[in-house]
Amino acid sequence: MKRENPDSFLHELRQILPAKAVLTAEEELRPYECDGLCGYRELPRVVVLPDQVTQVQAILALCQRHRVPVVARGAGTGLSGGATPHSQGLLLSMTRFNRILAVDPVSCTARVQPGVRNLAVSEAVAAYGLYYAPDPSSEIACTIGGNVAENAGGVHCLKYGLTVHNVLAAEVLLMSGESIRVGSEGFDAPGYDLLAAITGSEGMLGVVTEVTLRLLPQPETAKALLAAFDTIEAAADAVAQVIAAGIIPAGLEMMDNPAIRAAEDFAQAGYPREAAAILLCEVDGTVAEVEQQVEAVSAVLRERGANEVRVARDEAERLRFWSGRKNAFPAVGRISPDYYCIDGTIPRKQIGKVLKGVASLSEQYGLRVANVFHAGDGNLHPLILYDAGNPGEFERTEQLGGEILALCVEVGGTITGEHGVGLEKIGQMCVQFNEDELAQFHAFKSVFDPAGLLNPGKAVPTPARCAEFKAMHGQGGAAVFSDASVSGSIAEP
Amino acid sequence: MNALVDTLAEQVTHACESGGMLRIVGGDSKAFYGGAPVGDTLSLADHRGVVSYEPTELVVTVRSGTPLAELQAALAGEGQMLAFEPPAFGASATIGGTIACGLSGPARPYRGAARDFVLGVNCVNGKGQYLRFGGQVIKNVAGYDLSRVMTGALGTLGIITEISLKVLPLPEVEQTLCFECTQSEALSRLGEWALQPWPFSGTAFFDGVLRLRLSGSGAGVAAAATALGGEPCRVGTDFWHDLREHRLQFFASDLPLWRLSLPPQAPPVALAEQQLLEWGGGQRWLASETQPQQIFAAAAAVGGHATRFRGGDRTNSFQPLDAVGQRLHAGLKVAFDPAGVLNRDRLYPEA
Repeated sequence: MKRENPDSFLHELRQILPAKAVLTAEEELRPYECDGLCGYRELPRVVVLPDQVTQVQAILALCQRHRVPVVARGAGTGLSGGATPHSQGLLLSMTRFNRILAVDPVSCTARVQPGVRNLAVSEAVAAYGLYYAPDPSSEIACTIGGNVAENAGGVHCLKYGLTVHNVLAAEVLLMSGESIRVGSEGFDAPGYDLLAAITGSEGMLGVVTEVTLRLLPQPETAKALLAAFDTIEAAADAVAQVIAAGIIPAGLEMMDNPAIRAAEDFAQAGYPREAAAILLCEVDGTVAEVEQQVEAVSAVLRERGANEVRVARDEAERLRFWSGRKNAFPAVGRISPDYYCIDGTIPRKQIGKVLKGVASLSEQYGLRVANVFHAGDGNLHPLILYDAGNPGEFERTEQLGGEILALCVEVGGTITGEHGVGLEKIGQMCVQFNEDELAQFHAFKSVFDPAGLLNPGKAVPTPARCAEFKAMHGQGGAAVFSDASVSGSIAEP
Repeated sequence: MNALVDTLAEQVTHACESGGMLRIVGGDSKAFYGGAPVGDTLSLADHRGVVSYEPTELVVTVRSGTPLAELQAALAGEGQMLAFEPPAFGASATIGGTIACGLSGPARPYRGAARDFVLGVNCVNGKGQYLRFGGQVIKNVAGYDLSRVMTGALGTLGIITEISLKVLPLPEVEQTLCFECTQSEALSRLGEWALQPWPFSGTAFFDGVLRLRLSGSGAGVAAAATALGGEPCRVGTDFWHDLREHRLQFFASDLPLWRLSLPPQAPPVALAEQQLLEWGGGQRWLASETQPQQIFAAAAAVGGHATRFRGGDRTNSFQPLDAVGQRLHAGLKVAFDPAGVLNRDRLYPEA
């Protein structure tokens, strides 16, 4: 990165922001060194904490002029290193934009700033009988801006969709400091679907400064069922049969035995500790609909070999069923010094094959794995248990994770269902996409950020990065040279 | 597959080299939509068939030249559907054209739009490169969401060869209720309903009658119908089909047909006396000879946008963009199709 005198940059930055909103001392920068993926740490040059859109605009324009990389960050709960700082860059914290600007109970929309926490939206609109559907596990802490950047999902997205399905419009600042509005308060917008482009773009295209969310009426009632199975395959088959019966549950989650035990010890959710797999199934809607669906789902689960089907008797028990699943990550955190969460998606019919593959990889690497699974939509979260204190164990964990993702791609799936590529899976992008496809992604980004200053090095690998990855993983030595020869980014021999 | 891709790539490369232009055609049922088609016909009509369909995965992968009706029949055979209810506008309509146009039917506000169900596309871009974006799984955030960007791009960014879509179970029952009222009464009633968790799947108002479609389980629909009141309509499913395909008498006008896409609660727009409201008020149809700029301005004034849907001046089909929007659109076109050979001027006039 070519930059002018850094002193003049900081001086100009302090013209835009009050002194206490510009952090440069190491102890002030330290809290921002990583996001939820703490295996990757980096100190930025400077952290800024603006609270006005005009400040963000001026910061971006300044960085553009000085060629300073910018990494935007919300609550930092992301799990792919998407908000890992750039060592030569500015970290743009958006957490002070934490106001819900307007709730319109007639049009069922909320206009919020990007630093508003996910759960805070549903809490604020509950009085109107409304809620915001996407509910990632980090809902207590994660921000709407981050949700948009990652196209966050959650346990209810089989029926209610991902962030992209629940956002109507956004105000976005380009790296130039120019403002664009994407989407609309209606059902579509003219021209290309830039709202879809921005959603899930991992902070590579622009900085979101305001989001209009679609709110849904709270369902009249919701019921949860818990079913225990002797084999993973039987549980997976039961999931397919529920769908085949024409039912789209609001949530359909699977956990394997190690995950069940960890969650049960942690949350006392009432899970059967001996089951090979449990399914949690929630149906919601009107009282009449739900009654009918509970009966239908129970019948399918029993028919498919569930040795126990429990319907939550009341709201307290329903929440208890979910508490185990929602706390699966911290629960696993308690039985292991560290854990690493993988995020592949697979066609559901491949679940048996993939879990067998995961088990044999787990054995091969000598690392335990617990599996939680958004079974309805095929999104698998193997949790690899490791100890960062053991030299080399994190590296082995990452390798194991990489192999699991390669397996997901092999069976027709993807390397990331909802956590994003970030820094973490940048190598695996070279497995999923070819050179032309990656080049198209880069060309796409350049339209929004021609100088490549927003979140550089994330989400889409350069040809050089892929050459390196393939060389390391022994996939065709020749490719190293052919890739490198077309890359302008390898300047030094 | 490879043979098709090679042929397409060859045609694109030839067009690039010879300064030619290509007009991508599936069933040619929506040739009326957007800017006037120009260039040599590049037909995908022979590239048809379902590639894979696993009903229990809720995913279908299909070649772009597959007739829409054929795909819908295959899904219905398994008790499933394209939940966005795309209009066909002709028996020859293909799924490729459907996705390229990105149009959705009466269920759109309640079940989602075409773009909401697109999981992945394979395409050939304007450089003749064969690219695959998205995939065949419901959750996938690897790479930019270019399959959704291609949806509704009217073929200006690439030739779609294959599409993966999320599908949903067909509802067990459907029922339509009718309410006699004025347009403002209809809008306020639609506003109230939006807050209620009933299984709505369609709303339409014209000629003093508000029609409401409920879809779902027998018990759920019956409970909603009782709670909402209104007269059970005799119209049945034909009405919603005719509405979607613009076969109602309302659409028989010779004047240019305009589509307004507005915030559902936007006040009545005084452009034409006769208007047909759909989507809870979010989609409004009118036939009018008013100057396009005036219609665009009227839609923008209430927070929406307008599309010249059929008839009239084809160079003014879509709501004009602001300067930054124009720059991004021109830039995106160049990023996918640098020589400007694919469906030129179909979305916005190109330089």
